[in-house]
Amino acid sequence: MKTFTLLPVRSLAEGSRESAKPGSILKAGGVDLLDRMKEGLETPDRVISIAHVSGHDGIEIGPPARIGALATLARLDAHSELRRVYPALADAAGGAATPQIRNMATLGGNLAQRPRCWYFRQAEFDCSKKGGDQCFALNGENRFHAIFDTDVCCCIHPSATAVALFAYGARVNTVGPRGKRSIPIEEFFVAPREDPTRENQLALGEIIESVELPAPAPGSRSVYKKLKEKESFDWPLVEACVSVTMSGGSIQDARVVLGSVSPVPRRVRGAEKILAGSRPSPELIARAAEAAVAGATPLSQNAHKVRLARVMVERALREALA
Amino acid sequence: MSKDKLRLGFNGRFEEKEVEIASGDPAPWDPSQKFSILGARTPRLDARAKATGTARYSIDVRLPGMLYARILRSPHAAAVVRSLDLTAARKMPGVQAVLPIAKSGDALRFAGQEVAAVAADTPERALDALGAIRVEYEMRPFVVEIEKAKAEGAPLVFEGKVETKTSAGDAPGAKKALPRKGNVQGPRASDKGNVEHGFAKADAVVEGTYSTAVQTHSALETHGVVARWEGDELTVWASTQGIFSVRDELSSALNVPLAKVTVLTEFMGGGFGAKFGAGVEGVTAAKLAKEAGAPVKLFLDRKEEHLAVGNRPSSIQWVKAGATKDGKLTALQLIVHGSGGTNGGTGTSGPLKNVYACDNVKTEEFDVFMNSGPSAAFRAPGHPQGAFALEATMDELAGRIGMDPLEFRMKNDPSEVRREEFRIGAEKIGWASRDARRHVPQSPEIRRGVGMGAAIWYNTGGTGPKATVTIHRDGSAEVVHGVQDLGTGARTMVGIIAAEELGLPLEKIAVRIGDTRMPYGPGSGGSTTTPSTAPTIRAAAWQAKNKVAAAAASTLGVAGDAVESSSGGFAVKGRPDRRLSWKEACARLPEEGVSATASRAENHPDAWKRFTAGAQFAEVEVDVETGLVRVKKVVAVHDCGLVVNALTAESQVHGGVIQGISYALYENRILDRATGRMVNPNVEQYKIAGSMDVPEIDVTFLPVWDGVNNTHSVGIGEPATVATAAAVANAVSHAIGARIRSLPITPESVLAALDAKPRTAANAAGSREGGRA
Repeated sequence: MKTFTLLPVRSLAEGSRESAKPGSILKAGGVDLLDRMKEGLETPDRVISIAHVSGHDGIEIGPPARIGALATLARLDAHSELRRVYPALADAAGGAATPQIRNMATLGGNLAQRPRCWYFRQAEFDCSKKGGDQCFALNGENRFHAIFDTDVCCCIHPSATAVALFAYGARVNTVGPRGKRSIPIEEFFVAPREDPTRENQLALGEIIESVELPAPAPGSRSVYKKLKEKESFDWPLVEACVSVTMSGGSIQDARVVLGSVSPVPRRVRGAEKILAGSRPSPELIARAAEAAVAGATPLSQNAHKVRLARVMVERALREALA
Repeated sequence: MSKDKLRLGFNGRFEEKEVEIASGDPAPWDPSQKFSILGARTPRLDARAKATGTARYSIDVRLPGMLYARILRSPHAAAVVRSLDLTAARKMPGVQAVLPIAKSGDALRFAGQEVAAVAADTPERALDALGAIRVEYEMRPFVVEIEKAKAEGAPLVFEGKVETKTSAGDAPGAKKALPRKGNVQGPRASDKGNVEHGFAKADAVVEGTYSTAVQTHSALETHGVVARWEGDELTVWASTQGIFSVRDELSSALNVPLAKVTVLTEFMGGGFGAKFGAGVEGVTAAKLAKEAGAPVKLFLDRKEEHLAVGNRPSSIQWVKAGATKDGKLTALQLIVHGSGGTNGGTGTSGPLKNVYACDNVKTEEFDVFMNSGPSAAFRAPGHPQGAFALEATMDELAGRIGMDPLEFRMKNDPSEVRREEFRIGAEKIGWASRDARRHVPQSPEIRRGVGMGAAIWYNTGGTGPKATVTIHRDGSAEVVHGVQDLGTGARTMVGIIAAEELGLPLEKIAVRIGDTRMPYGPGSGGSTTTPSTAPTIRAAAWQAKNKVAAAAASTLGVAGDAVESSSGGFAVKGRPDRRLSWKEACARLPEEGVSATASRAENHPDAWKRFTAGAQFAEVEVDVETGLVRVKKVVAVHDCGLVVNALTAESQVHGGVIQGISYALYENRILDRATGRMVNPNVEQYKIAGSMDVPEIDVTFLPVWDGVNNTHSVGIGEPATVATAAAVANAVSHAIGARIRSLPITPESVLAALDAKPRTAANAAGSREGGRA
């Protein structure tokens, strides 16, 4: 690892100024950054640490709910009010990685972390995400890769909390050199065909300050489900998150989101349309789940993920509509 | 030498055997023996040191002025070194020594092969300096897929002679010269009876092809050493399974007299067969230390560990088996192709040749060379993969003749110990109700399955080891023996044997191990440590105790043979009132106490010999919609002779079972087909079972009084992992009613097996399987 200077800052504004300077990089929990620095994917001269900036790790249930970007995943998991109102988010946070990592990893870092693609993560592979001219996974070892949007870079987005935040229609609040922004979560991420070298639209020096969630509609229920090969420390094969609002025995509104299937979390409106206005039934759930994976373009080694995604949507819907 | 009548056997069934006892060696214990500590649950002597972090492993060693070394490795699957320029690296900050490992013109045969090394004052500077080494590679065609490597016209891994990396502890047969065609070497062949006649006599014949992935050793402490020269003497702290074999390799590689090389392993963070020699890294560290005139630490990182220092080879096993309708095996045949990358030794025939009785057995084993890291011996080489194919075949054959798989095995297993283990295990796992448990009423997507497998091992230790026991005037005792403790509990085992023989509490015993200046200890491989070491310790303790007895006799004024051990002390035979306590007897010893150095006696060939036996059963839950498998319970019933320490023996079985589950479900070294590089050289994407993936493990030991050595001890490290993957795979097959033929068992492979299942068979019991039409 290249020698660097660690600069702890006292405010996000200071962090924003310092991290915009050449050779600087921002660190919160540092979980993902450390991995990348050890592999030589990042070689900063200065690491700007916002880990100890105070006042940005709170959880207010609102409405609207506001979660400071420096709140750890462990705190999200343990917050009983959050779990009551936004159970899918608490489950997504509480099921990620390991207890040790959840104690360090922040919500902001979880959203801004970089993909775990094994080609991207090794310096020897000059892949398109590193500015190279090819995606090694497209025709390579792609068992864990994307089944949607596989044309430019077929990595999958690693953030579990993002999947839940899509389902809740959250906004990402940032501070940066040009002031504050509030970005709908669905616009926060950047698809590879726009720019494979980045996953989100944070500008130089821009920092996630908080995440804002609207109050769930009365009678709504949300469920986050994921499938992992191992129970201990494993990345999901697929994730599904649904949020449904019932009205007089019918589904008034539904959100269906897939994770670990595409370079950015995937909201599937086709499935939502099938659900909206209908009475829940096993057939309806099956049709919606089928629609959730319609148009998948699996790679040579991951066709099974299409099936797994369908099953996870089915299970999430069954639980939400039970 | 004297003849002794011993009662030997197991489970209350003993037969009398006359066994030749070497002079200086005590007779094996009689089944009536009441032990004070042997077989009890004894916490490790170093448990506190390990739990509190005061135990200093080789990787923790820090010496004044110590440098840190790193190795530059080839990023290419196949290349020839055209030039190697170390000039810039030598000028990098903090660099004290630079060493070429490959030279111009050398062929590099896998991504990760060593090219050069650097020692600098910090690990970071050493790493930076590697970046300044200029290497010109000429890229060569490579092959990293076994089927392609076998094909005619494949790029040749070895153009000329096979140059396999050899090190102490290589898989058996790895070094034997064999014919080679292209990348395929072999066969190692065996042929008993006539398989064609056997198949002709069979009422049912099944055949299938079974494949297994490459598993890397992934010991927690990586390979490496700290090397220090003092004048012409070399001291090395190593993470090794064999301090003496490391000493030997360093001595010959560096041309230093054996007497001037010391190897130390005080504590060790795991070894599964790949840590016997000094290795490239050990020799490199010693050379760098010489050049720099300072101690050098060279420990590999996790990636290097996956790439270059050993793995369990892959296998593609074609098995054919026949049986009569009343359940007698008539023929077994195996053809296996395995790849250990640039190394051989990929055979898997052990279980098939040795577990079940069969008159006609034919095996052919081929090594397929590829451009990937060399294999090394790995906990029961060839056996987990061989057991997987054999036990699946046994289940399939039982299904074909309509016989319960347990009954079928009982009919063909010649080992009375294992038959008893099968009975115990079947009872514990609830074998009889396994079909009734397959469906889970509350969870329609879940199927439960129960499967089984047999374990076998062969080694009973042997001669070579020596130990010195000193009894001091205060009654305490010291044992000195050059064995190393891999984390198995060997240190505690040494203390327990001495405590048992001397009748002392463990606190009165000091155990000194892990140093080549001590009396020779065995390398820890082949599950031979305990059966080699324990009898040595007992003999030395027995001899030392006899010296105390002789001193006591002289104090009591009788001839040496007129005293006997009596409640912790010594008494004149027939006169329990004329006695000395242990303390009183020892107090009369000279200042230097008494010492005895004993050698491991020969195994008793006339004892109750057998192959070590084990039986494992697994219960799994399979989600048939997602293909996900969870192991719920493993029952492991094993023979390891007489257990020395129930706590650490159980821990060995836990480790074997967990490693077996990990092998069955997760572990898979994945090579990028386009570049030949490993894509998952870490512990995030190279998946290893974690604590949440470990099921209930129920361990039972069946004590066997075999009389092979004076402690009836047998190793358990390897047999503990032989049958686990087989039992898990059979359990999955039972759960889903379709045969699993490859490891690791992944969600997609389970779904594929379910999809391939004929619709008509979908509702049939899992044990009823279709073979040949």
